[in-house]
Amino acid sequence: MAARDYYSRGQNLLYNRPVLVIFAVIGVFLVFDILRQLGTGTIVVTDLMSYLWNGLVLGMSLGLAGVGLSMTYSILNFANFAHGDLITSGAFAGWATAFLIAGLGEFSVEALVLIGGPIAVGSNELGINVVNTPLALLAGLLVAAALTAVLSLLLDRIVFKPMRSADGVTLMIASVGVALFLRNFLTFSFLTDSRGLTGGNVPQFTIADVTFGGHQITLVVVAALLMLGTHILLQYTKIGMAMRAMAANKDLAKVTGIPTERVVKLTWIIGGGLTGCAGFLIALQQGTLTVTMGWDLLLLVFAAVILGGVGSIYGAMVGGVILGIASRLALVWIPASFLLVAAFVIMIVMLLVRPSGLFSGRTTA
Amino acid sequence: MSTGSIQARAEGWLGNNDVRLLVALALAIGGLYALFSVVLGFQLNGTVNTLRRVAFLSAIYAMLALALNLQWGYAGLFNLGAAGFMAIGVYTMGILAAPVTASPPGFGLPLPVAIVAAILVTGVVGGLAALPAIRLRADYLAIVTVAFSEIVRLTLRAPEFANTRIAGVAFGTGGATGLSLPSNPIRILFYTDPAATAPAPNALGAAMFSAVEPLGIEQTLVIGWAYVVVLCLCLGLLYWLMIRIGKSPFGRVLKSIREDQQVTQALGKDTRLFKIKTFALGCALMGLIAILWRLSGGYASPRMFKPIQTFYIFIALFIGGTGSPTGSIVGGALFASLLFEGPSFVRRVVAEYLQLSNAPDTLVGALAELGTLDVTPLLAYSVQDVSISALRLMLLGTVLVYLMQRHPDGLLGHRKAIASSVDLAQQATREDDNE
Repeated sequence: MAARDYYSRGQNLLYNRPVLVIFAVIGVFLVFDILRQLGTGTIVVTDLMSYLWNGLVLGMSLGLAGVGLSMTYSILNFANFAHGDLITSGAFAGWATAFLIAGLGEFSVEALVLIGGPIAVGSNELGINVVNTPLALLAGLLVAAALTAVLSLLLDRIVFKPMRSADGVTLMIASVGVALFLRNFLTFSFLTDSRGLTGGNVPQFTIADVTFGGHQITLVVVAALLMLGTHILLQYTKIGMAMRAMAANKDLAKVTGIPTERVVKLTWIIGGGLTGCAGFLIALQQGTLTVTMGWDLLLLVFAAVILGGVGSIYGAMVGGVILGIASRLALVWIPASFLLVAAFVIMIVMLLVRPSGLFSGRTTA
Repeated sequence: MSTGSIQARAEGWLGNNDVRLLVALALAIGGLYALFSVVLGFQLNGTVNTLRRVAFLSAIYAMLALALNLQWGYAGLFNLGAAGFMAIGVYTMGILAAPVTASPPGFGLPLPVAIVAAILVTGVVGGLAALPAIRLRADYLAIVTVAFSEIVRLTLRAPEFANTRIAGVAFGTGGATGLSLPSNPIRILFYTDPAATAPAPNALGAAMFSAVEPLGIEQTLVIGWAYVVVLCLCLGLLYWLMIRIGKSPFGRVLKSIREDQQVTQALGKDTRLFKIKTFALGCALMGLIAILWRLSGGYASPRMFKPIQTFYIFIALFIGGTGSPTGSIVGGALFASLLFEGPSFVRRVVAEYLQLSNAPDTLVGALAELGTLDVTPLLAYSVQDVSISALRLMLLGTVLVYLMQRHPDGLLGHRKAIASSVDLAQQATREDDNE
């Protein structure tokens, strides 16, 4: 009986979702191929472990950056192309603060606020890292969150609020305009060179030949804490419930007496704050800061959000981690110049096979 | 005669004929730039060259906007991957036409064959990409297509394909350094042997060159203008084609898909097939236009096909107004002349007339003097290479937001080609097709 049940379910799957089955078969094949390559010694366990670790770090960055995007996507119903540049804005604000606190008295305020730039403040002279200057980093993180939240609110007030009734595509195109403006405003203010951020002896641990960087660990831990906080906020507070209600059904939420405009504001504040943190932490982990940092990440963040299912916070987190690990693991088969290509292909396949994402039907915000 | 009646007559004259409107626009832009050039004290050669550059870019962006309008304005397909299809067209042509002996080697096909093959390849790739993508929601389609264009760009940039050999055939994309393209085919008109390093002019070339030489106009400029004339002919052809498509039964189905897909399906039209055809046709046209664009420079690199290139075309399209071919041309010309080329021109005027001291190193330095109401440091800072291009893109972003807020249908959006053959004044509001 049970066997027949499985058989008919399998048959159903094969007929109804042939593409899904094909991709599942490819996936299983790839897992076996990794095992085979491990067996034959083509790749070694150490490499595999460091792919997994680097994938987790990338995944946590994408997940944290994706939560804000997922929130605005579900509550305001548009793909915010300015999200990447919010990430960058947060990073610039946070790092200007961190530089200021770490180097005040020693260097000119101008040079510190501009994070070096044309006036050289070497990152090695400041020696910012998580052991030397934890307070400067904490302050930077807080300012990054606060400033990005304020910036999000401001953008909403100026750009998106007057077009609340517009359709998703119109809002999306407007957000492209915002992205262009923000990124080039940063270019105009800071000029484009890439800036070194961290210095001194950045601590790192090596376990079984796999290197765990101190800043990588910081990113993973802080991102996990922030995600946990977001989870508690959404699940156990009144405002979280209101946000979930609004994501599920806007009209119903309004009828029930939820102040939708206030929820939208809070969405921007929370989403913006998390995005700013993500920008600051990603820059910390990379050790450098460029104006195009967020824009370059944007498609990956979209991929993470779509993989997890638009509107689902947990989807964004899990999607980020899966995408991060999958794209790093892809290095087993493909050269490094195709790393992004692999991630984009995963996203496109996901959109084609299951556009509602892995966590479809579990919209939590 | 009072100014009011002149204005009324001008409006009447312009209003009833799109071609007149376009000619008047071209004259206005040309006049504006000629004036600027005179103000800047350019030689005749410089003035004519400025006009050539503006006309060239206007024609290219007008054509690109027309092709995008076919997809978005007529069929409602939001293709944010235009740059990717342009890259496919240019690179296919470049690789097919490159000599076998070149580095990276190509297939050595004659240029016309390579161009036709490239258009076909771009169209087929567009059709294949559309096959699964077409059933996605507009915002997902946008993300998928922009990801597709990035995949194309990253693949072209990858060192693995820069100079490669697949199945015994050696070819290459040139990787990050880019690909040399065949020299401008228009040179055939003026030279007996255009491939030579110092080619001898033929009868027409000799006549033209000697005619303009006393005016101080260089040979390359004559060739450039000839190319612009050919581009304008292509633009006219494309414009005519778009109007024909718009009025044809095929175009009316497209517009009805844009208005309401379900009704169109209920009327027995295979909307999927129509969308795929339109997407493929639009992509093939983008490939062709991109080839025309890059052939003039003789060089292509992955940097030229970033998503910003797609956004440029969308800005041009939105300025003109979606759904109207005349609007696309107006948008392309206005975008290229005012937004794209304008800022660098304004900068030259500023640099010419204000004796600016050395630019401050940083924005802080530039703002420091503002307290004493001295704006020259800020101006000097703003007209540097980096900051002027940033300001230009900030302007583009602002224009995009403004258009979306105030004129989501564009400046000529009210002329949107309607779906029915008679204007049903009371149109239902447009719904998203959430399939």
